[in-house]
Amino acid sequence: MMQEKYLSRYFDIPNGHTLDVYEANGGYQAMRKAFEMDGDTIIEEVKTSNLRGRGGAGFPCGIKWSFLPKESDLPKYLVVNADEGEPGTFKDRYLMELDPHTHIEGCIIAAWALGIRYGYIFVRGELQSAIRRLEGAVKEAYAKGYLGKNIMGKGFDFDLYVHPGAGAYICGEETGLIEALEGKSGQPRMKPPFPAVVGAFQAPTIVNNVETISSIPWIIQKGGEWFASMGIEKNGGPKLYGVSGPVVRPGVYEAPSGVTVRELLEDYAGGMLPGHELKAFIPGGSSCAVMTPDKLDSQMGFETMREAGSSMGTACITFMDTDTCMVRVAARLAHFYHHESCGQCTPCREGSGWAAKVLDEIEAGRGRKEDIELLLDMCGNIEGNTICALGDSIAIPVRSYIKVFREEFERHIEDGCCSFPSWSKRRKGSSEAA
Amino acid sequence: MAVEFSEKADAEFKELVSRYPNTLAAMLPALHLAQREFGWISVEVMDYIAERLEVHPTKVLNAATFYTMYNKSPVGKCHVQVCTTLTCALRGGYELLEDLEEKLGVKLGETREDGAYTLSEAECLASCGTAPMFQASFSDGEIEYFENLDSDERVNAVVEKLNARLASLPDPRKMH
Repeated sequence: MMQEKYLSRYFDIPNGHTLDVYEANGGYQAMRKAFEMDGDTIIEEVKTSNLRGRGGAGFPCGIKWSFLPKESDLPKYLVVNADEGEPGTFKDRYLMELDPHTHIEGCIIAAWALGIRYGYIFVRGELQSAIRRLEGAVKEAYAKGYLGKNIMGKGFDFDLYVHPGAGAYICGEETGLIEALEGKSGQPRMKPPFPAVVGAFQAPTIVNNVETISSIPWIIQKGGEWFASMGIEKNGGPKLYGVSGPVVRPGVYEAPSGVTVRELLEDYAGGMLPGHELKAFIPGGSSCAVMTPDKLDSQMGFETMREAGSSMGTACITFMDTDTCMVRVAARLAHFYHHESCGQCTPCREGSGWAAKVLDEIEAGRGRKEDIELLLDMCGNIEGNTICALGDSIAIPVRSYIKVFREEFERHIEDGCCSFPSWSKRRKGSSEAA
Repeated sequence: MAVEFSEKADAEFKELVSRYPNTLAAMLPALHLAQREFGWISVEVMDYIAERLEVHPTKVLNAATFYTMYNKSPVGKCHVQVCTTLTCALRGGYELLEDLEEKLGVKLGETREDGAYTLSEAECLASCGTAPMFQASFSDGEIEYFENLDSDERVNAVVEKLNARLASLPDPRKMH
């Protein structure tokens, strides 16, 4: 379990977020190395690394980069998706607050490799501390000549800005993010065209997650093959994992790709809190299908988690104990997606609210026998019938809770009540466990 | 009082606009700035931002109403938003909410009569490793997260901190 840290290297170094400390520890050397490489070589290196998009979809980063047209009449854009908000997910915040310079260095390398002129880091507005850290670091990088005109005398211009969101989960969807960057409501666009062709301000645009970009300097510094070696097939690199729920040490941990859920729970997070028994877990944010303890030995990778019946998503795992009512969890998540639906597509807008109401009724003991089939029918009518994946994010979890815990749903309906303890008495904190 | 940026805010506004290829793209940061300056986003503020960004007022209305961080009516000096999404719920988010109703003297969804606090529920604030928690948005534009609120002592200490801060905060109802 003990291994060298890369992505989280600066988390524990005092003032690791400042340029002086960052450079004293080897920072901005990857940028210098990249400036001696041409764009195609860098893209090849990223392809070799098996770096997969860290925002949840897992698209191979190098391939995405290769879709960006080389020539463009309009200036090309990099937009970093730092609109972290998938329930259960809290890793990018650490990278922005504790290690902003690795991120900026990654942005510069990406811009150099892809001929990008402008970059925007789109940070969710609530994360003011991350916005300030990034803005401070951007200012330092400008002062040092790492951003702006003719960077390091290479005749390369790149301006980078921090853009605040204003509270909307949907902006985590890349085209919703672009709409919001352009000053509009964050309603996702039809694809194609994909952002690489028509993105921000009608120009070719690369949208990458924070952690994806923060991985780039390590790939340049240590090589794509090294990065790929820290993982499993098609899933390269050290990465960050979040662990939350009633566990002893919730938090963000760095481990290679392919680490098992059990290792993250037991070795990193210290297991479940005393007196709490594991009932279920969500591997990477609330839109993933729920999993049961018999799947604890699944490896964290996009293909491996799919084979295990769910998806890796953001790789931030939420653990739930045997006191947790699965009907209530499904209802709570349906409410979340209903609240966050952008309202553009009818199946998502109406279906999410309807599903939440039916789940509320079952949880309150007023469910009807036919409600389970009704919910499944609704899921089928939402999934695949919306512009973006938010609709699927309602259907997939709701269906999975019914599939895996159907007996619990039926018991609620038969008994006319929920037999699980209330959520208003659950303050079992780390201080109590210690 | 007519709505107009202070000299300092005006300079900030101009710098913001210079970051984008068109003025519309400065909408979100400009509305944040306006909320900090004017306390909340009234129709008057929307009109002012439309004029400054040289866009149709409906574009401002569109953004101001789509995003949850813009207050379309005044809130308290300190807007407490408790996360009750899954992980926080599993670690006592709802209990924290009930506690805060009592300790801040305000009901969920309401503003205290003296304008000190507004209490709301929030959806996931990307703080699941430090649950339960809440976000406090202050009328001077500051946002702070209060995390690991898993005991009475911690909640009491935070409430004390918030109370101490109230005196130095402007009342959004009187900011324009």
